[in-house]
Amino acid sequence: MAESLASDRRDEIDRLVGFVRALRSAGIRSATSTDFIEAVGLLDVGAREDVYRAGRATLCDDPAQLPVYDRVFARWFGETGVGERMNPMTVTVERPLGLGADDAASGDDGDAADAPALASARERLAHRDVAALDARERRELARAFAALPARPPQRRGHRTAPSHRGSIDLNRTAREQLRRGGEPGPLLRRERRPRPRRVVWLIDVSGSMKPYADSYLRLAHRSFQSAPRTTEVFTMGTRLTRITPALRLQDPDRALAAAGELVPDWSGGTRLGDMLRAFGDRWGRRGVARGAVVIIASDGWERGDAQLLGEQVAQLHRLAHRVVWANPHRGKAGYEPIQSGIAAALPSVDQLVAGHSLATLAEVLELAARA
Amino acid sequence: MTAVHDVTELAHRLASTGYLADTDLTTVGYLALTMQRPLLLEGDPGTGKTALAEALADAFELPLIRLQCYEGIDARQALYDWDFARQILHLRTLEAAGGVDDPQAVEDSLYDERFLLARPVVRALRESPAVLLVDEVDRADDEFEALLLEVLSTYRVSVPELGTISAPQPPIVVLTSNRTRDLHDALKRRCLYHWLEHPTLEREIAIVRARMPDVSEKLATRIVEVVQGLRSEVGLIRAPGVAETLDWARALHQLGHDDLDVDAAAATVGVVCKYREDGDQVRAFVEATVRG
Ligand SMILES: Nc1ncnc2c1ncn2[C@@H]1O[C@H](COP(=O)(O)OP(=O)(O)O)[C@@H](O)[C@H]1O
Ligand SMILES: [Mg+2]
Repeated sequence: MAESLASDRRDEIDRLVGFVRALRSAGIRSATSTDFIEAVGLLDVGAREDVYRAGRATLCDDPAQLPVYDRVFARWFGETGVGERMNPMTVTVERPLGLGADDAASGDDGDAADAPALASARERLAHRDVAALDARERRELARAFAALPARPPQRRGHRTAPSHRGSIDLNRTAREQLRRGGEPGPLLRRERRPRPRRVVWLIDVSGSMKPYADSYLRLAHRSFQSAPRTTEVFTMGTRLTRITPALRLQDPDRALAAAGELVPDWSGGTRLGDMLRAFGDRWGRRGVARGAVVIIASDGWERGDAQLLGEQVAQLHRLAHRVVWANPHRGKAGYEPIQSGIAAALPSVDQLVAGHSLATLAEVLELAARA
Repeated sequence: MTAVHDVTELAHRLASTGYLADTDLTTVGYLALTMQRPLLLEGDPGTGKTALAEALADAFELPLIRLQCYEGIDARQALYDWDFARQILHLRTLEAAGGVDDPQAVEDSLYDERFLLARPVVRALRESPAVLLVDEVDRADDEFEALLLEVLSTYRVSVPELGTISAPQPPIVVLTSNRTRDLHDALKRRCLYHWLEHPTLEREIAIVRARMPDVSEKLATRIVEVVQGLRSEVGLIRAPGVAETLDWARALHQLGHDDLDVDAAAATVGVVCKYREDGDQVRAFVEATVRG
């Protein structure tokens, strides 16, 4: 009897631990078992909603994880009851690794760290349109992306550090004065330290961008890895999806695969205006875009209302420090920004730049750092 | 005294202060109290994050100690500071009395307990059991989070000149964030997490009725219907929170309305929107909805 109770309990714990493992492999990296098991123990292990709530409280720490959590929970504990809740970010559908599976290097050719090879590949690929590369070249390209230098743009911060210039540091001055028995001494100063400026990537993953989306996601991954605290990345398709959590994975291929899990709408249509509005409502005005360098990566094919797009970019422009639009067609001969979408957006864009080859994409990254 | 037996009891206690939480939130709250862990609440402005800390303090009759975060906040505003003016005064007094021979003794007497200014965190440790509200953490710099993490992991603050200040019983800690940026993983891991949504229609009507019993049920319902529509159907710069619902109800009630008609709505609608840019959209939507 006691034995079977104990083994019941062991089964129960195994199941909970397995669930946590499944969450982790679905990209919820904050999940660890200890708190979860303690929390379940304080509620009713037998009640499905209690397990659900204990898990949400202890395993998730970001609203973007909630749809993933719900999906894995349903798979692990069955469909009924909880689960059909409104999620705040996006509706995520079941889908195998969306991108990176065929074109991004899953295997390396054993020469990953071979600097000369990388350099020559970079040279060969520098000005080629990434849409025209074969599988092998794409692998080289992926490696070249991973080696691009990235750093965040800077702004003057509010925190200060001791300095010879700058404003008077009352606290340190006072302390020194007390140390001298109250005798006034030199005024000590402090200066605002430069701080990384926020960078926001909005990447169009609709059908027309298919050949380029992978490259932009790799750029964004580099950018994120250089400043994880101040970089946010979203994809725009039929829905807006925040993929920042997935980019925490250091390995670019794994990060892109995890991002693929989050994005429900690869290669569908885009309604850029709606996407930017969703971004503004959900994130932009709450501070994510405020003072930020915003990079929109899109070919500007708008299936929705071009006027709405114009308004939304204008609004973004008012909040942001700079709005940069990277367009894979910009660098090509005969390009004119006449697609209704980009034409409407142009008045509020600080810079419209090319982005179709390694060289032009590297420049986008550089531009982000200098903005 | 902060012990609760189960989730339902906590819900009742909160409701007795006028705070109506759903089961998701009450469950996280119960877990945070029982596991003695800080509770991190994220959500849009006006979803009741700050109010939950107030309700907890109220429900358990504990002091509420509030640390409002802002850009540039540091240990001197959050933990403790020294009262320089009084230190100097003390020094002058010593000098006048001719007692400044031993520099070490002088320095010791300068960094004495009585010159310590306890800021919210230290106050909470000293006064615990208490509720410590760390409001709008996302406004602080990320360095500040490291400081918070240390305090929330150990519930101790060490003052080099004095020694360690610790809490016999950890305070109830509520952190809120409007999510203008991501918080440190380590800080989030230390906390139990909850994402607060705007309340459902039924709950929001109940909130209006609980906070303002004089407002008629009809008026409360009409107002909440309009506000919920504004949230879901109109892309506003800043969607109205429960705070705006309550303000609107108060305004209409004070003007003697117990239903929402076009004129009353037009006269008071300013209360609902916080951004001038939203004004036109709000007015148009309200008028259309009220007309039916
Ligand atoms: N669940 C609730 N029950 C009762 N009142 C609430 C509830 N949620 C919000 N409120 C009220 O709405 C107003 C805004 O809430 P507040 O806590 O300031 O929002 P936040 O801190 O999330 O921005 C306050 O007056 C608060 O009392
Ligand atoms: Mg608040």
